[in-house]
Amino acid sequence: MPFESDITALWITLRLALITVLVLLLTGTPLAWWLANTRWRFKSIIEAAVALPLVLPPTVIGFYLLIAMGPEGPLGRLTAWLGLEPLAFSFTGLVLGSVIYSLPFVVQPLQSTFSGIGRGPLEVAATLGARPLDRFFTIVIPLSRSGYLTAAVLGFAHTLGEFGVVLMIGGNIPGQTQVLSIAIYDHVESLEYASAHWLAGALLLLSFLLLLLVYGLNRRFDMVKI
Amino acid sequence: MKFKVLLILLLVYHGAGSVKAAELVVAVAANFTVTLEKLAPEFERQSGHSVTIVSGATGRHYAQIVNGAPYDVFLAADADVTARLVEEGRALADSRAVYAIGRLALWSRQDSYVDPEGKVLTDGDFRRLSIANPRLAPYGRAAVEVLTALGQYDRLFARLVQGENIAQTYQFVDSGNAELGLVAYSQVLENASGGSYWLVPEQLHTPLVQELVLLQDSSAAREFAEFMRQPSSLTLIAASGYGNLPSTATINP
Repeated sequence: MPFESDITALWITLRLALITVLVLLLTGTPLAWWLANTRWRFKSIIEAAVALPLVLPPTVIGFYLLIAMGPEGPLGRLTAWLGLEPLAFSFTGLVLGSVIYSLPFVVQPLQSTFSGIGRGPLEVAATLGARPLDRFFTIVIPLSRSGYLTAAVLGFAHTLGEFGVVLMIGGNIPGQTQVLSIAIYDHVESLEYASAHWLAGALLLLSFLLLLLVYGLNRRFDMVKI
Repeated sequence: MKFKVLLILLLVYHGAGSVKAAELVVAVAANFTVTLEKLAPEFERQSGHSVTIVSGATGRHYAQIVNGAPYDVFLAADADVTARLVEEGRALADSRAVYAIGRLALWSRQDSYVDPEGKVLTDGDFRRLSIANPRLAPYGRAAVEVLTALGQYDRLFARLVQGENIAQTYQFVDSGNAELGLVAYSQVLENASGGSYWLVPEQLHTPLVQELVLLQDSSAAREFAEFMRQPSSLTLIAASGYGNLPSTATINP
């Protein structure tokens, strides 16, 4: 049976994944749009930077974040200057870490969807008098439904499975920064295999259902393609 | 450091000639890793065997041993895990031996932040106190006992952050993200990172009796266990921030 702290960890994990995805969809959309349309010659630099979390061990991200959040790090100085609480060992810090960690999982699907739309439909709309924002919300967004779905679910699921970054900057505080993957790790290391099984199984099922949702819905969108 | 160990190891290996040189894999609790890295070259020189060090949390080592990790010797951070391994028949029954008594230190990176009596725990306006996870690490359990003995546990509970093992606990303080930490005294001495510390009196927590146990019955493993108990090793261990071993190695698990 799960402990009460496990239920708390589950809620924190879901809340973290949800907030992270919302932040990423809001910030990722303009970034992906820009990447899909810019002719800037150094665009690859930004693309490579966005893809970095795919190849870096999460511990590297966590380590740099921990240093950056310390009193002498740039983030630590910034929060102190703004009179805010330090980011390390806080839920806000975890959101920041997760946004960086899951960035490519949201930006890349969006970018390829935006590229796939091409300039044609937008130019037609422009000749009909639609303004840029109008064009974006009435043409690009509806045409990118499947890209948004993929981005949202991948970003969410990837944050659910986050471990290394949280281990480095979380401090394992129940009710604040103790997420599901850390709770599982604790159970395994303190030899509570039954609880570990329970949680690990739940996470496995949840992740599978989420991915099933993406593939199932994407197929459906394909069939009723606009 | 590791490279140096490797180099010495290679030299010893080639120099050993006709002596039957074995390769020992030693799993060690995170708090003792640095001390073992100092001891290993001497053992390699004396015995002609080579030593590979695997560092980590004692709980994790246990889980790995249960699942067949190929370790010869295990230097644990307590006496419970070693007793358990012997009980389960995974370690040699007669091989349990105390090799160190751990000491806890309240450490801050800032000079004169920690006073000689550790009153900062009661009066300080620090935001974060870093301890090892008490469910996994013996040093974490001892830290909780100290805070309880001082009557501060409930008050400070919300300010505690937990490292996965004692090395991460130290790192939270070293990176400045926690002002204070209850870490291993050996870490404070080894890293010579300055700041200020209070050596926590031993009567405030259950003794951190650290035991070793042999997982393989080989002469090399037995030689290593003997080496750990020889006077020169004990002197080095004591100088590295560990308490004196009781003359008769009585253990109360």
